[in-house]
Amino acid sequence: MDLKRKIPEKFKDAGASLHSAGQKLNRALRKNANGQDTGSGQAAAKESRMSVRQRREIRVSWTFLAPSIIGVAMFFVLPFFVVIYYSMIDNPVRHRPVGLANYVRVFNNSAFRLAALNTLKFSLVAVPLAVSLSLLLAVVMEQKLPWKSRFRSFFLSPMMVPTASVIMIWQILFHYNGLANVLLAKFGVGKIDWLKSSYAQVPIILLFLWKNLGYNMILFMSGLANIPRDQIEVARLESATEFQIFWLIKIRYLSSTILFVTIMSLINSFKVFRETYLMSGDYPYDALYMLQHFMNNTFRSLDYQKLSSAAVMMALFMIVVIGALFLAEDRFGRDLE
Amino acid sequence: MNLGNRKNGPGKNIVGSIRDRVKFEQGPPVLYPFKKPSENDQDKDGSAAGEAEAPAEIPAEAPAAAPVKEPEAAGPDALKSLSDLSAARIASARKALTKERREMIRMVLRTVIAGFFAILFLMPIVLTITNSLMTVSEINANYGVIFAKKNGVRVFISQTVNLKFIPDIISFSQYFKVLVMSPEYLMKFWNSVFYTVPIVLFQLAIASLASYGFARYRGRVREVIFFAYIILMLMPYQVTLVPNFLVSSWLRIIDTRWAIWLPGFFSPFAVYMLTKYMRRIPKSIYEAAEIDGAGEWQIFTKICLPNCKGGLASIAILLFIDYWNMVEQPLILLSDEQMHPLSVFLSKINTGEISLAFAVAVIYMVLPMMVFLYGEESLVEGIVYQGGIKE
Repeated sequence: MDLKRKIPEKFKDAGASLHSAGQKLNRALRKNANGQDTGSGQAAAKESRMSVRQRREIRVSWTFLAPSIIGVAMFFVLPFFVVIYYSMIDNPVRHRPVGLANYVRVFNNSAFRLAALNTLKFSLVAVPLAVSLSLLLAVVMEQKLPWKSRFRSFFLSPMMVPTASVIMIWQILFHYNGLANVLLAKFGVGKIDWLKSSYAQVPIILLFLWKNLGYNMILFMSGLANIPRDQIEVARLESATEFQIFWLIKIRYLSSTILFVTIMSLINSFKVFRETYLMSGDYPYDALYMLQHFMNNTFRSLDYQKLSSAAVMMALFMIVVIGALFLAEDRFGRDLE
Repeated sequence: MNLGNRKNGPGKNIVGSIRDRVKFEQGPPVLYPFKKPSENDQDKDGSAAGEAEAPAEIPAEAPAAAPVKEPEAAGPDALKSLSDLSAARIASARKALTKERREMIRMVLRTVIAGFFAILFLMPIVLTITNSLMTVSEINANYGVIFAKKNGVRVFISQTVNLKFIPDIISFSQYFKVLVMSPEYLMKFWNSVFYTVPIVLFQLAIASLASYGFARYRGRVREVIFFAYIILMLMPYQVTLVPNFLVSSWLRIIDTRWAIWLPGFFSPFAVYMLTKYMRRIPKSIYEAAEIDGAGEWQIFTKICLPNCKGGLASIAILLFIDYWNMVEQPLILLSDEQMHPLSVFLSKINTGEISLAFAVAVIYMVLPMMVFLYGEESLVEGIVYQGGIKE
């Protein structure tokens, strides 16, 4: 048809290197075509034809996959096994297995505990806030609203602004004599030393929300748009209130979106080191000492055992948390599928 | 309902959609104080809806109330008196009016919420831009306190930090200083470009091959590997940087650009996204090409990739933001500060020359902002594709 005419024309101007690579695959295909011609009619021939085709498919798939898989194996997967190995030996010179001693050592390390607790605290506050506020924004945006597309651009723009660019504004806002304290003073609240007190996480949480709400909002908006309209119409005919429609229908249909937004927010909350590092450098106030700070400082001392066991522990933690989220979503949204 | 309506309003031709019927149930259109709703108002995109000055569209909850009234007026007995009928109509119209007012209030409320967030969201960006247009002395006078203290030298220029939105004099002296007098910032800017652009290009190239491998034919082993890619994608830097560091030190590429590039090239993020994109291309297209005698490579370059243009663009944007922003990798893998990208370097400006920091910040965000203005639709599409991880 149309394709038949298109392909040979375009094929002529394809690069020579691509050409040679393509011909190998072409030959593979032709082999298959021959197989199809000879083996028509008989059951046994059909069987072998299938296997020829399958073998070809497997060969093609793996050829295309090879560069990526080799790279991923080389830079992520295989070294990760080495990381696991390192986490169980005493040092990279003697290679004596010590079981879980390294894990215990890291776990009892006060810096690691502080970092893990801070990161956990941050995630526990920031992730629910990020999910609920962006859901609010998405619900507002879903309904009739003037300048809708402009609002969407406004909400999304922080995502594109590099954190480093706005970090100075944040420092000005949350300085001891900064705007935040001036505003608070008007409400009769005393001055707060934002970056060097137990409130230190507040500016970072705000920065995190500022950056991530737009992204989450888009996800929720697409989730809301995918809810079948007739369900809601029926509910309205049954005189359900908007509140009921939201909690009993929309939230149920959004459960997989909520899962995804939660996971992404969780991952992004682990990345919040960026913001804290840019705000307050390598050794921030205690409340801002995040896991990545711990890792950075451990990298500097090249303590492979500590690094490896910390990395393995974090990987396990992530797998457990994400798995739990998946299971929870499975239970919650089961009757919808 | 449908039948009742027809009897109810002779002369009104209601053959339209359900929505038209709903509109009619509200009462005669004469009673609408506002512009009559057109089909355009239903547009998903707000721009069309935004132009309509009033919420002329009937609130969607209308049918819930309407059915109660109508059966009486139009019930089994079609020969009701005309006055009865119009009374019912007026009642329902009044109801519609109060509904409309309520909807109006709701919309104002929504606009206020959205506007509030929009101002909060835009303020830091606008502030950075306006501050970049201030003169050096103005910056020092306003923010001297913050940054002078950090330097260890306590210079009291003004006690409180004076957040200013509009500069006294618009000047480009900051930009002049950055662009002409201190080349190190430009060098860092180019560092950022040199890290980001190859990573985006090569990750896309490698990923498009791999995604084709995942999406074209499926097998059990490949599914398992794809699942492993997803898990890997979800891992935070704290986990993935350790293996990256080990390999880089074995290959002796630490402190070179390759230490940033190579893990970036093979990062599984683009593979995951593109595979999802490619799996939505109907199989029949591939099969048609196959029947027409196209080789696998031809199908890939001539059929598959052109169909993925949208996906490639949105993934490129997402990758670009991520790597343009990178902080963790250079801090660990590059000890030479000369090779750091601008993102890391910007945090060190504070101690010294704050007078040009805002200009550098603006220069740093110009490129992503341009990408955003040019490709917002692609970005949104990309985010939407990223969702639905369960598929």
